[in-house]
Amino acid sequence: MKHKVAVTVNGHKHEHEVEPRLLLVHYLRDVVGLTGTHIGCDTSQCGACTIHVDGKAVKSCTMFAVQADGRSLTTIEGMAKGDELHPIQQAFWDEHGLQCGYCTPGFIMAAAYLLEQNPNPTEDEIRKGLEGNLCRCTGYVNIVKAVQTAAKTMSGTTAGKTQVAAGGN
Amino acid sequence: MAVSQLVGAKIHRREDPRLITGHGHYIDDFTRQGTAYAAFVRSPVAHARVKSIDVTDASKAPGVVGVYTARDFKGQLAGTHPAAPAFVAEKKYVPERFPIAEKEVTYQGEIVAVVLAESKGQAADAANMIQVDYDELPAVMDLEKALAKGAPKAHEAGPDNVCWDFTYTPLDLTEAAFKEADVVVKERILQNRLAPVPMEPRGVLADYEGFDKKLTMWLSSQNPHFIRLFVSGALGLKESQVRVISPDVGGGFGSKISPYPEDYLVPALSRMIARPVKWIETRTESIQNATHGRGQFYDCEVAAKKDGTLLAMRVVQYVDVGAYHGTFGAFQPVACLMAGGGYKWKGISARTIGVLTNRVPTDPYRGAGRPEATHLVERMVDLVALELKMDPVDIRKKNFIQPQDFPFTQNFGLVVDSGDYEKSLDKALQLAGYAELRKKQADLRKQGRYLGIGLSTWIELCGFGPSAATAPATGGIALVESAQVRVTPTGAVIVYTGTHSHGQGHETTFSQIVADQLGVPLDSVELRHGDTAEGTSFGYGTYGSRSLAVGGVAISKAVGKVIDKGKKLAAHIFEAAEEDVVFEHGSFHVKGSPDKSKAFGEVAFASYGMGLPEGMEQGLEAVAYFDPPNLVWPFGAHVAVVEIDAETGSAKLEKYVAVDDCGNIINPMIVDGQIHGGVVQAIAQALYEEVVYDESNGQLKTGTMIDYLVPSAGEIPPFILDKTITPSPTNDLGVKGIGEAGTIAASVAVINAICDALSPLGIKHVDMPATPDKLWHMMKEARK
Ligand code: FES
Ligand code: FES
Repeated sequence: MKHKVAVTVNGHKHEHEVEPRLLLVHYLRDVVGLTGTHIGCDTSQCGACTIHVDGKAVKSCTMFAVQADGRSLTTIEGMAKGDELHPIQQAFWDEHGLQCGYCTPGFIMAAAYLLEQNPNPTEDEIRKGLEGNLCRCTGYVNIVKAVQTAAKTMSGTTAGKTQVAAGGN
Repeated sequence: MAVSQLVGAKIHRREDPRLITGHGHYIDDFTRQGTAYAAFVRSPVAHARVKSIDVTDASKAPGVVGVYTARDFKGQLAGTHPAAPAFVAEKKYVPERFPIAEKEVTYQGEIVAVVLAESKGQAADAANMIQVDYDELPAVMDLEKALAKGAPKAHEAGPDNVCWDFTYTPLDLTEAAFKEADVVVKERILQNRLAPVPMEPRGVLADYEGFDKKLTMWLSSQNPHFIRLFVSGALGLKESQVRVISPDVGGGFGSKISPYPEDYLVPALSRMIARPVKWIETRTESIQNATHGRGQFYDCEVAAKKDGTLLAMRVVQYVDVGAYHGTFGAFQPVACLMAGGGYKWKGISARTIGVLTNRVPTDPYRGAGRPEATHLVERMVDLVALELKMDPVDIRKKNFIQPQDFPFTQNFGLVVDSGDYEKSLDKALQLAGYAELRKKQADLRKQGRYLGIGLSTWIELCGFGPSAATAPATGGIALVESAQVRVTPTGAVIVYTGTHSHGQGHETTFSQIVADQLGVPLDSVELRHGDTAEGTSFGYGTYGSRSLAVGGVAISKAVGKVIDKGKKLAAHIFEAAEEDVVFEHGSFHVKGSPDKSKAFGEVAFASYGMGLPEGMEQGLEAVAYFDPPNLVWPFGAHVAVVEIDAETGSAKLEKYVAVDDCGNIINPMIVDGQIHGGVVQAIAQALYEEVVYDESNGQLKTGTMIDYLVPSAGEIPPFILDKTITPSPTNDLGVKGIGEAGTIAASVAVINAICDALSPLGIKHVDMPATPDKLWHMMKEARK
């Protein structure tokens, strides 16, 4: 038996009939077609699937699609405004906060929620705050730096956003 | 944009805009119309005879396209899984491996059946309905027991469990040195079995088009051309009929080099049902089936003089091969050849024994053999220092190969091209504040606290590699690298490389090299890789820190050929002699008359026109292969500072300093990133990670990320990084590899620090992972 699910994803409304067992992450990837949200485990450990549900960071593999009915979702694809990157995306780029990039969407979504809760986190708070996300490539050093940089940009303590073109420095 | 300044600069990565916005293309992001989804039925037991497989219910389940067992693949798949000679030229017994088991399963997770269905869920549901009747056999787990006469065998039909037993240099070679020794230290050193755990698991999508007789397969691979070679062979196709595309790859660490059973089965199924077939690995499947790393132990003895002069080493390596010989599994014995580290020895006797067990096969994992060598030699040197009551710094300095000794032929005939080991050690000690740390340690010891300082003065061989060394190791194909550079009429530059990035940022660094050399802006250069239908006829992949030192140099050579042709054409245009034409800052001009000049783009355009010099063909493009004359030899010094909680046994990293030398640097930001990631993987080996099987029956106990402890940001301290730069004389760019350095260096720095911390208790050696539980018990025991 299929169930109706109506959600808003990155500002766009979607309505589908889905199997009740369909996980939200599979719904986003396979039904809505937004593949920026990744899957890295089957035990809700890795955080690669992190999105925002009504503004809160949620691992989208821990929810069924039907549980999202009526909610507003933001995925990594909804973070940039047109060509303008979200400050956290920009900071990950500036600070080399990614290598293979597989964990990155989840980290950016988790970091966005972290900075909303705590706009000026200490290094320790960032490390503890991102414990639900795993990265195998970066050793976390530059991820932490990126979040620090983003925190500064977002609280306006550095002068505006740097425009960095691909290959510029 | 300024020209000639890209190499050496922190350039933002060109791959990042798509990856930070969710527009990367990883394997699971690809779909084809009409795809059937595969789910594999895997053995739940480590070793058994397969008595029967009942697929009746599964075949009738909703959405099922078909259910297949080994018999269905007869005539579809030829040959067995390849096992490269690697560093062990002679094997005793290499069990045949078919991608799907028929009569006997030899590790938990081995495939016995596969279901195809219209959806992933339906495939998984039907797979659960398949009934397999197993007749369990004893699981071979312990390496020493496995070698005993009459021991149960990992494969019923095998003669015994010895995959290889190879002596590089016999025992008597070191006899004299051991006789003259003042001290001899002995230790058994374990290398815990590790799961590579790239954040993106593997996956395969295959589409065989029956009328064209062409197979396209997408898979997450470090090594697409080798996969094409193996898969085409197994399916009875020509390489020209197979196109392998490896898109954005979400990490590999060695686990995406070799072909896997699914890489054969999925395309074979696509051909059988005339539809695209897709399979994406789950995390549990990944930890259970992707090749593991390490899984070894070493019996080692070192002879030394009273004054700390190292004399000789004897080492026997025991490798847990697993149930089958991993394609490059015999790479790990390189640890024997590197066991001497950065020191001078009169002799080293080395023997490697590969033991078959009922665990998943081992294969290269980040560093492969070289982390083991570093761990071994740096541990042994510390044990000698402890015995002689010498400072670990002094014993190292006393025995280092000195700058004037290079090129240095080490005990196994390998030629170390360059180095300055003392320089990097001094820098690391200074950054760490070594003298103050020793004082602090003495003070804390008085308070009953356990602070330890650990050194690792590591060296590495990488950049595989010279044809003379690697062609025999692969069974014929020399690990050189290829590049193609194509310049379009409007001067756009498209570069194809046979390497394939899985996070290393080649799109950026390789473009930096090309843009500098041609004097064009970075965005005029496009780097392509990962698709066997594009570029040169063969590529060699990314592993063994080879991409820049071999692939980057090949690119640079191809660019050189393009410039040479451009010079010929410019000379013709200028009506000057070719020798009088110079190329700098992106334009050609006649020596002495810079006003007579043509930009690179103008010459490119002219090359597609008429009136070319006699005999010159149109176009501007070149192919180059680079066969390096030697391997490259990075080195460095790491210092770890650890405090152990006397109550809980937990080891806390207080400080981590890494001074590394990878020769000339293309992009320092990327180099640092590689070190960060590598060091953390090694810290994880030292403190947290271990694949654990139940020793009695071969059941995997760490099959999820709940039990297999990949560290998070909370566990990792900030690092202090620095460099020394000793350009490699082996290639024109003066570069060496850096992808594995951190992993090669760091595990032993941490363990040496732990042993140093616990030395007042008389504890000399601690094996990995040094979990709180293990340390607490050791401390308790020692205090008795
Ligand atoms: S996929 Fe790993 S936490 Fe959701
Ligand atoms: S960048 Fe590869 S897993 Fe984080």
